[in-house]
Amino acid sequence: MDCENKVATRESYGKALEKLGENNENIVVLDADLSTATKTEIFAKRFPDRFINVGIAEQNMMGIAAGLSTFGKIPYVSTFAVFAAGRAYEQIRNSIAYPKLNVKICATHAGITVGEDGATHQMLEDIGLMRGLPNMTVMSTSDDAQTRWAVEEISKINGPVYLRLCRMKTPKIYNEKETEKFEIGKGIQIGKGTDASIIATGVTVAESLKAKEILKEQGINVRVIDIHTIKPIDKDLIIKCAKETKRIITVEDHNIIGGLGTAVSDVLSEEYPVKVEKMGLPDVFGRSGKAEELMRYFKIDSTAIVNKFI
Amino acid sequence: MKVTNIEALEKIATEVRIGIIEEVYNAKSGHPGGSLSIADILTVLYFNQMNIDEKKPNDPNRDRLVLSKGHASPALYSVLARKGYFDKELLQTFRKIGSNLQGHPDMNKVPGVDMTTGSLGQGLSASVGMAIASKMNKAGCKIYCILGDGEIEEGQIWEACMAASKNNLDNLCVILDNNNLQIDGEVEKVGGLNNITEKFLSFGFNVLNINGHDINSIIDVFTTAKQTKGKPTIIIAKTIKGKGVSFMENKADWHGKAPNEEEYNLAIEELNKSLLKE
Repeated sequence: MDCENKVATRESYGKALEKLGENNENIVVLDADLSTATKTEIFAKRFPDRFINVGIAEQNMMGIAAGLSTFGKIPYVSTFAVFAAGRAYEQIRNSIAYPKLNVKICATHAGITVGEDGATHQMLEDIGLMRGLPNMTVMSTSDDAQTRWAVEEISKINGPVYLRLCRMKTPKIYNEKETEKFEIGKGIQIGKGTDASIIATGVTVAESLKAKEILKEQGINVRVIDIHTIKPIDKDLIIKCAKETKRIITVEDHNIIGGLGTAVSDVLSEEYPVKVEKMGLPDVFGRSGKAEELMRYFKIDSTAIVNKFI
Repeated sequence: MKVTNIEALEKIATEVRIGIIEEVYNAKSGHPGGSLSIADILTVLYFNQMNIDEKKPNDPNRDRLVLSKGHASPALYSVLARKGYFDKELLQTFRKIGSNLQGHPDMNKVPGVDMTTGSLGQGLSASVGMAIASKMNKAGCKIYCILGDGEIEEGQIWEACMAASKNNLDNLCVILDNNNLQIDGEVEKVGGLNNITEKFLSFGFNVLNINGHDINSIIDVFTTAKQTKGKPTIIIAKTIKGKGVSFMENKADWHGKAPNEEEYNLAIEELNKSLLKE
């Protein structure tokens, strides 16, 4: 893990979009007056004829994307997660998910790691909302290389996708070569420890890896599972971990209701019932502060994970 | 094949109305009022105006119709069946379990349905997306979108209007079914919509006002709309909710109610009489 050269997944998204636009002329990008923050501005500058800024009108943006897709376009739609999954939820439901249209909703600024903007802008329910929609593939990527891989990979699926991205800069976990083996719907196991499985997604994967190293020094061997696809979730891997390790801990920058912890619990309660320890926002809204401070405050950082073992 | 004879179009519109009543009666639910009010407009679009071929419902270069007021599905299904997209017998299955004719139109279930709709306020945005895509692809498609007047109380409609105007979508033709009634009563009283024409003018639309039941005017207005360059058009069609079945006309009560057997017989009898007159 490279903690020196951190990159925010929104940044990786912006760059990957430009590359995707070079190779596929059906890619169109939509934004709602946030292109400098979501990083779609990179695509916009390069391909102005394939970029549509709808202004501050997220509901309309989802509908326009739906219409574009019926003509064979592959729209990548971006805004902050709270305005995508939240404000335009019913447009996503009825105009995109139900008709199974080929729209990629790439929502940045998810979770408390938005930081200083505070609770109104910290989306903590999006995974729950999006995974509840039939036809929707739900992804949440953890680093630069994985995000760039995902942005391209989802263009190959014919159907709606929700990709959750973050503002906070996070360490590089994977190199380009490793992403060649990635598959949508398949989790990534890092380490073979049997004392516990730390199942994480997005920004909490790097925190879990930090915790893994600290715990190792104390003689506790854990494995980390990076769930980049929350739906369809990798049932086999989760069941395997439950069988092979003593504990299952989930950790996410999301409400503990409806998110990764719930998705993991859904699998285990039916297939291999074990206790699931859920780390995340305990059904509360966020607040202002620096991203790192907030992760500590809400106990989803490496220290909080390590403390689970004391 | 294009139908140009006015009496022939009027006859088709009446047949479409009979189909609507049959559907709603058999389903024992559905929305007859707002379906009857758009029967003439839909008839002109599908039989006289749109560049479509019922044998090629997925032709990428076809014109599109988005029925944003998706609850008027009985009218759309009736027109599509009459046009030959699917067997007329299927209309009997409307809203029933196992049928593809869902309460609100589903583009993946019914040939000829260009967009899944039903949740009010969303169809115009999809139409804007289609119109932009057609321009990007240089496909030359016309996109028609039918809105209810109550429906334009939804804020998303005005977001979409802004986008249509900004993108100079002269290939977009919106039709407002201005029957002046919504579920809870008169449109002005329920939602407070005043000066519809001025509202659309200020959003940069070419605004045309017509009688939505006069076949001649409907044909003329679409011709005028096609000649407009650089901006989207909205046709404000003055219509009568329940048009063609006298006891349903201008009654909000018939927005979402099926006729009983007696009412059904009366309605069919009246429509059959009009058919003979034509």
